[in-house]
This record gives sequence, structure tokens and C-alpha cells, in this order.
Amino acid sequence: MTSFTSFPPAAGARIISLGGYQPANVVTNDDLAARVDTSDEWIRSRVGIISRRYAAPDETVADMAVVAGGKALAGSGLSPADIDLVIVATCSTEVPIPNVSAMVAYRLGIVSPGAYDLNAACAGFCYALANASDAVRAGTARHVLVIGAERMTSWIDPYDRSTCIIFADGAGAAVVGPVADGEPPGIGPVVWGSAGDMADKIAIPNRRSYMYQEGQAVFRWATTAMHPIAAQACERAGVAVSDLSAFVPHQANLRIIQAIARRLGVPRERLADDIVRSGNTSSASVPLALARMAERGDLKAGSPALLLGFGAGLCYAAQVITVP
Amino acid sequence: MTDQEILAGLGEIVEEIAGVPADEVTPNKSFVDDLDIDSLSMVEIAVAAQDKFGVEIPDDQLKDLTTVQDVVNFVAKNAGDSA
Repeated sequence: MTSFTSFPPAAGARIISLGGYQPANVVTNDDLAARVDTSDEWIRSRVGIISRRYAAPDETVADMAVVAGGKALAGSGLSPADIDLVIVATCSTEVPIPNVSAMVAYRLGIVSPGAYDLNAACAGFCYALANASDAVRAGTARHVLVIGAERMTSWIDPYDRSTCIIFADGAGAAVVGPVADGEPPGIGPVVWGSAGDMADKIAIPNRRSYMYQEGQAVFRWATTAMHPIAAQACERAGVAVSDLSAFVPHQANLRIIQAIARRLGVPRERLADDIVRSGNTSSASVPLALARMAERGDLKAGSPALLLGFGAGLCYAAQVITVP
Repeated sequence: MTDQEILAGLGEIVEEIAGVPADEVTPNKSFVDDLDIDSLSMVEIAVAAQDKFGVEIPDDQLKDLTTVQDVVNFVAKNAGDSA
């Protein structure tokens, strides 16, 4: 019988490098207040955002994914030929067919990798990272390019003040590969799940409509149900919450992530708050925050960081990673 | 639980979540108008109240609880029901 796997199974997987991309167009709270009935003070106090980035009119999910993915690839020291699998987590593609991952791979010069899009909304990157880790450990891929890319503004009503102030565009990426022999895994066990009974709480009701969310219900769910998931991911990884160098949750709303951090027992200075300047970029928010923190030197290489994604579905996933 | 005990517990919760001194959390105060507490903080307060008093305050009922006394009454009534 032939082997099921293309590569030797690995004892563990790790993130080798990160990359992020934000569109050039900075949109301030005052810019939005000129269009809808809101104010800088209201937005800062309710969601914690000062400014966010909007994609250019002709800039697509794939365009942003290519830039972030290209940066991560360059930082990995690998060549495009070394990548066997490309996963793009996204829920905001312009059209559902074709997927973006195959064309992103092609544009990056990655020849004929496995390529698929993954929709777990704002939890997408954490799901994709778990899939990538499992592929490397099983030996179905040696190196995986994982990207979270979103153009949320395609699906947001620019005149709906409950959503247009929150959501934004961007991309983040990571190259995942095997750990060296004898090294512990750099991507810990994933704790994931879903709550389909609340599917209507965050939704695009039909193909002609914009995204809708029931803010208060989502807020309550996120601030009560997510800290136990995060704690479980730490436990599964054998890492104490107090030993985390960073907690990088999906950048949903500053108030939500501060409440989760408080209940988890993570001090404010270790909580990623990239939402302040990036807005909520759904599946891009975790890798984008990581990449921006790494660029600023705010991440300590070799230390444990906790990732937590949660959002529409409702879907959620958490895992502890070793900072590259 | 007496109303006084619920009021004291609620004061602690409001102080922790919204930074309003507990002694300002008096029965006749309106959360929104007097204590400057927004709808998201109200959800956090409801969640903390559930942890502290074991009484769930659903979103659809939360919107009708406008004063401190309203919440005290709700907790007292429903804590009694479940006891």
C-alpha cells in the first residue's frame, strides 16, 4: 500500500514568520461622523476605535492576502516552492467562486499547492492555523501559508452607524512548518466549537443585504462564553495564564476583549489592542495584530501567546502559540 | 438576601465595571442618566450580577431595568423564585 502522507509526520508545528497588510486609506471617527449620526467620543467609548483602514475601490481580498502572504513568505526564508498548502480564512470575498486561495498562491509563485478558503468568520484564522498545524503533524504538508484576509467594507452598509464604525479591511499571514527534532510544538492544541443556535445574531440575511449584528447579544455571549475557552486552550497547552507574554484575541471591540481579559486574569498591558488603529477586520484581526506587534518589537520571541477567535456562526477557536 | 445586601453587592459590581463609586449607587439613581452607564456596561453588570446573585437578567428584561431599585427588585424577586 502507498503512504497516505507526502512528508514524514512532524512531532509538532510552529509559526515560522508573520506578515501583515493594511490598505492606505485611514478613516477616522470624524470622517464617519460626517456621514452618519455618531461622534468620535461615542465610538471611542463604546468600541475603542480611533481609526481604521478601508480598502481602495478596486482592492480585493486576494490583493490584500497576496501582500500579507508575500511578507510572511519573505520572512520565513523559504522559497515559494517550499509551500505545499495555502489556506485563506475569509468571510468577505467579493464572489464565492472561485476561491481566493488558489489565485493568491499563483500570484505568489507557489506552484500547484493544495488551496482552500475557510469560513469561520472572525474565528477563521485560528481554525486555519489548527488545520495547518494538523497537516504538518500528519505529513500531508510540510509548509503551509495561512492567511486571514477581509474586505468587510464590501458587506457593510456605509450608512449603518452600528456596523460601519466597527468593521474594516486588511490581511495577516503566517508561515507554518515543522518544529526541529526534539523541540516542543509551537502551535498548541486547538479548543474550538460553535453555537449554531445563535446563527442569526451576526449575519448577511440575503445576497442583496448588508451585514447585520445583534450587538448586545453578541457582547453578552463573548464576555461570558469565551474566557473559559481561552482558559481551556492554556490548560491543554500546559501554560499558565500568568506565563503568557501576550493575549491576542480577535479584535472585535475593545470593550469585549478587555472584559474577556479581565475575566481570564490577563493584565491590560499583555492584551493586544490593535483594534484601536485597525478596527475589526474579522479573520484578519489576529494575524494582523500579531504582525504589527512583531514589527514594533512588542512580541517576545520564544514566549507563549494565546490566540482566541470568535464571531459569526457563531464559531470560536483558541490555541497557544510560541511567538516566532 | 435583603434588599440592602443586594444594593451593596450591586454597588461593588458597578464600581468595578463602570468606575462609579459604590456609595453613589443609591436606589433612585438611573443607570443611564445619573450614573452615566451605557448599554454595554449594563450587559457587563447583568453578567456580574448573575455570577454574584445567581439570578439571570436576560437582555429583553434588562432594557426595562432603568434604576438601581429596578435591578434590586428584579434580583430580590427572582432570587426568591429560585430559592
